[in-house]
Amino acid sequence: MRAAFRIDRGAAGRVFGLAALIAAAALASLPLWVDSGVTRLAGEMAYYLALAQLWNLLAGYAGLVSVGQQAYVGLGGYALFVLCGSLGVHPLLAIPLAGAAAAALSLPIALIVFRLRGAQFAVGTWVVAEICQLVIAQLPSLGGGSGQSLTAAVVRAIAAGRTTREMIFYWCSLAAGLAVLALVYGLLRSRIGLALTAIRDSEPASRSVGVDTFRTKLLTYVVVAFCTGAVGGLIFLQKLRISPDSGFGLQDWTVVVIFMVVIGGIGTIEGPFLGLFIYFALRQLLADYGSWYLIILGCVAVFFMLYARDGIWGWISARFGLQLFPVRRHLVRVTPARRASLDDAADPKG
Amino acid sequence: MTGPLLELVEVSKRYGALTVADRLSLAVGDGEALGVIGPNGAGKSTMFNLITGDVRADAGAIRFAGGDVTALAPHLRCRRGIGRSYQIPHPFAKMTVFENLLVAAIYGARRGERESAARCGEVLDLTGLAAKANIPAGTLTLLERKRLELARALATEPRLLLLDEIGGGLTEHETRALVETIRAIRAAGTAIVWIEHIVHALLSVVDRLVVINFGRKLAEGEPQAVMAEPRVREVYMGIPTQ
Ligand SMILES: Nc1ncnc2c1ncn2[C@@H]1O[C@H](COP(=O)(O)OP(=O)(O)O)[C@@H](O)[C@H]1O
Ligand SMILES: [Mg+2]
Repeated sequence: MRAAFRIDRGAAGRVFGLAALIAAAALASLPLWVDSGVTRLAGEMAYYLALAQLWNLLAGYAGLVSVGQQAYVGLGGYALFVLCGSLGVHPLLAIPLAGAAAAALSLPIALIVFRLRGAQFAVGTWVVAEICQLVIAQLPSLGGGSGQSLTAAVVRAIAAGRTTREMIFYWCSLAAGLAVLALVYGLLRSRIGLALTAIRDSEPASRSVGVDTFRTKLLTYVVVAFCTGAVGGLIFLQKLRISPDSGFGLQDWTVVVIFMVVIGGIGTIEGPFLGLFIYFALRQLLADYGSWYLIILGCVAVFFMLYARDGIWGWISARFGLQLFPVRRHLVRVTPARRASLDDAADPKG
Repeated sequence: MTGPLLELVEVSKRYGALTVADRLSLAVGDGEALGVIGPNGAGKSTMFNLITGDVRADAGAIRFAGGDVTALAPHLRCRRGIGRSYQIPHPFAKMTVFENLLVAAIYGARRGERESAARCGEVLDLTGLAAKANIPAGTLTLLERKRLELARALATEPRLLLLDEIGGGLTEHETRALVETIRAIRAAGTAIVWIEHIVHALLSVVDRLVVINFGRKLAEGEPQAVMAEPRVREVYMGIPTQ
């Protein structure tokens, strides 16, 4: 009789899915029972969750260690200002369109930077982001070096009152954070996720078993650019103002994000989550220390890169075997084995 | 099919001043088992890398199953039916042993997920890794990792299987079991090229033997006859052939 097998995806997923839904509903109601300062912070955390998950997908799975993702935040931001300001598109509709613009630009950029490997790739992506910033600063129609603000009409198109506007901004940020989380989770549970996880662990071996690593990485790069661009559009819609310096800020849109992913645990969904909370806690704690805050963050990051490469979540999951977002597949035997030739060999008495 | 399954025609590869493949020509028939021996650094693993596309040839042509694959990307060569193990294992360390095989079955053999589960389960039974199916591959011992290399290559359902020193470090008993496994794979119709230093194990499986030295083919033919050749004995001084 032939042995039969099936794949088990883990029941924890359903339990956790329900818990996530309840948490999402609770978060959505936040503006109704906390003050606007807390809501604003929660909104910021939500879009940083999106940025962290996206960078993790790129660097932690596809092996594309980009330090130029601020290019897509900035391009998305500027695209939104053009769409709303010059083309009269509704601001909320302009958010996904800003993502589309970033994705369209990411394709030719990918064809250049994908020729580079490792550290060269990192430098290449950073150079591309710098070029984007310099080019935009040269364009008077976009406000040149000093940037531009959204017109009062555009701001009113979002909502007439300031309180309502803030609530809409928060809900958009929350939706972006949760949508990206769901996308990354869904992607990693799919077949593409299987390929991405294999690429994370060994690129040559994944090629040798038939994975088209170039296509998988390109797809990831473009999808991440789309989402990063949309988040960029959303961020600068809230700020109501954009300039080349703020739009393409290396520190705000890439360094901070890398910090979260690296200390939380790169190459896992849980890691960036944990890193997000640690970063915001540290930021609140060290708010009064000025530039010391950055120095301490830098030291923490260096410590993790040298001594705890799997981050805090790596340590937790190795120690407790915990997985909050189950992406694994378990093989379950339905009928007994026929024969196990090398099993006998493993047992010297056999 | 006419002609051999795999054919290398005057394939060359240099690393700087070092020639690791020197106008190497070789043919492997469908369903044939070919043994490869040669001193360390002779260019055996490089030959595999050239066949799989991990390394591109400087000159020469590689044909597989009637098509020219010289310029083909590694993943496409795998899909055409070239499966390989790495001498230094490259497990997907944080994926489970089963998931290692599943990637191969889905992307290499182009199977659906459910169908793949059955295939992978069978391969795990054959290679004795069934008990380890759901643990991370990174926790395996070196010997188990070598078996995983074999298992993962098999999960791509290759027409040609390239095995690079998967028998090193085994006990006499384990070696016999490995030989049995490889015979079973062969009996199912898969052609095999096996690089191995354990000559007696190799000779108990292969139809033909090739000796490589300095990137060149030193000798080729019926295994016992090749081992008896003086120039082979010179390279392999002191290694018993029985
Ligand atoms: N990527 C590489 N760059 C430079 N030299 C290499 C590279 N790969 C292999 N070599 C050299 O090529 C020679 C042949 O290596 P290899 O094919 O691994 O030999 P074998 O498998 O027969 O022991 C060795 O001298 C090795 O150091
Ligand atoms: Mg070798």
